[in-house]
Amino acid sequence: MSSAETGTGVRAESPSPPGAPPRAAGGRRLAFPGVLVLLAALLGVSLVAAVGLGPVSIPFADVARMLGHRLLPWLVQQAPGGPRAVIVLDIRLPRVLLGAVVGAGLAVVGAVLQAVLRNPLADPYIIGASSGASLGAVLVMLAGLSPFGPLSLPLSAFAGAIAAFALVLALSRRGGQVAPARLILAGVAVAALTEAVTSYIVLTTPDKEVRSALFWSLGGLSGTQWRDVGVPALVVAAATAWAVSRAAPLNALALGDEGATSLGVEVDRLRLRLIVVCALVIGTVVAVSGGIGFVALMVPHAVRLASGGDNRRLIPIGALSGALLLVWVDVAARMLNRPDEIPIGVITAVLGSPFFLMLLVRADRGAPR
Amino acid sequence: MNVEVQGVHWLHVLRDVSLTAGSGRVTGLIGPNGSGKSSLLRCVYRRIRPDRGRVLIDGADVWRTPAREVARQVAVVAQDTPADLDDSVEHVVALGRIPHLGALGRLSAAERALVAEAMETCEVTGLARRPFATLSGGERQRVQLARALVQQPRLLILDEPTNHLDPRHQVDLLRLVRALGVTVLVTLHDLQLAAAACDRLVVLDGGGVVADGPVAQVVTEDLLRAVYRVEAEVERGRDGLPRIFLPLPGPGGTVPAALARNGAAGGTGHAGTYDVSREPAS
Repeated sequence: MSSAETGTGVRAESPSPPGAPPRAAGGRRLAFPGVLVLLAALLGVSLVAAVGLGPVSIPFADVARMLGHRLLPWLVQQAPGGPRAVIVLDIRLPRVLLGAVVGAGLAVVGAVLQAVLRNPLADPYIIGASSGASLGAVLVMLAGLSPFGPLSLPLSAFAGAIAAFALVLALSRRGGQVAPARLILAGVAVAALTEAVTSYIVLTTPDKEVRSALFWSLGGLSGTQWRDVGVPALVVAAATAWAVSRAAPLNALALGDEGATSLGVEVDRLRLRLIVVCALVIGTVVAVSGGIGFVALMVPHAVRLASGGDNRRLIPIGALSGALLLVWVDVAARMLNRPDEIPIGVITAVLGSPFFLMLLVRADRGAPR
Repeated sequence: MNVEVQGVHWLHVLRDVSLTAGSGRVTGLIGPNGSGKSSLLRCVYRRIRPDRGRVLIDGADVWRTPAREVARQVAVVAQDTPADLDDSVEHVVALGRIPHLGALGRLSAAERALVAEAMETCEVTGLARRPFATLSGGERQRVQLARALVQQPRLLILDEPTNHLDPRHQVDLLRLVRALGVTVLVTLHDLQLAAAACDRLVVLDGGGVVADGPVAQVVTEDLLRAVYRVEAEVERGRDGLPRIFLPLPGPGGTVPAALARNGAAGGTGHAGTYDVSREPAS
């Protein structure tokens, strides 16, 4: 360390902003707005393509025309009606859109939880929040209650997620700190227990409304209707926008509670709010798509590898990437075993488990990337 | 920036602590392990809220000032920073701008130059791309100091900043800190260094202030005996600063027999960076 007088050299190469990754040596990285535009365009094309794919395949051009007419009726001619239009507009489209919303929501929740809990393995499915949400939803369906109208289901799932969260955090706390390994262990235990209770309830109830045990443990988007899409879309959009606005303090949390405090972050308040928002997203998402695992784990890590750990980029890029991933995973769920469907969680688990193991090994070694 | 701690109580750790750190001066906090030094610092940088009493910076109660506002004026190099940080050194240093960032959270060119300059000053420029987790303890300490400098504080709080640093970096760090011209509140275990680096020393013991004054008045044989329970010899150097000798007993000391190997009990331990004079074996 040289004394202050000599330390005035300004390097020609300026450092990246907070949270930015070390730049690649060549410096040839697509700028952040470019990445967003590219991903958004890719998502747009994927939505149209995904609507065309299923047991009944419909050409891309036809789908585009039907959607175009629906969106811009003065510009695009009336497309042929009939059963294909019903499939596209009333069955596939809400399902594909919901897939995108769920994927985005899960990815954002994963990115936020990993920062808030300072744990690379944090994922609502792994730490029990998703199963808590399932249980909350099932209990309300079983009781036949709907005190808040159409919001009853997401709200009860939210309550379940919060309860599971609180339990897991209480169990993993040691000396005022959440111990990373205990978080995962407590989460797995709580997830197993709540999932068992959910399965028991579902399997012993003749009530068809309660949906299947398979849905709650492995997720699924089949049977999605337009009315299922609105609330999750709003919640995910609002939560994503809010999380982006809290990205700088989230970056500061990497320094630990002490360090973040000294950077002006009200750590406890921020953590509480972020966890509540995450639980809200988990509740609304799980209520309509069941327990889809590993998306929240995989997507943020993949994005980090590609574009660094700055939450100001990670959250929006993760949202779009998560949407993209889930849209295509859902296509695979419809297509791989035609005419039957594979639960969506089977595919995400096949993709995600190796990821989880890789992270586990790396955390174990204590060696960063 | 003037810091006033007024009658602070916190749990059983701090008991009625009052002190003043004068503007632009280096005030050292010394005292044995567990005497409440770090807790007192935490009260100042708004990590813990005192049960009673208050902390004023330039007359404003830190707990009545928004956290961000405090962080724009007070920077901290704390003792325990997470070791598992994957972020690059350059990124960690740039985090220091967070309290100053606008809504968009973008760094201006001037701020980026500031980050580069702080890294240069703390000699971590060469480590810029390295993940923080791969650094040695001393390197991490210097990165944290660079991060604190980037905050452009008017009050710098340092909790054992010389931990893990080799003698050259210890001296450089303390010289740099003095040259900044900001108010500094620092805890140090090394009394010799503390005496050289600080304008004033405040001694904590059992959560209370037991001495407070100019270095030469505070560091005495009586203090070392009463507070640290060591028999030391303190002499004055030509610069008027204390020179501290901690004599270690030779072989045949007071280690329980079960812990001693081959009867060769006795302290051949080390005494930090103090001058050590060993008594002849009896």
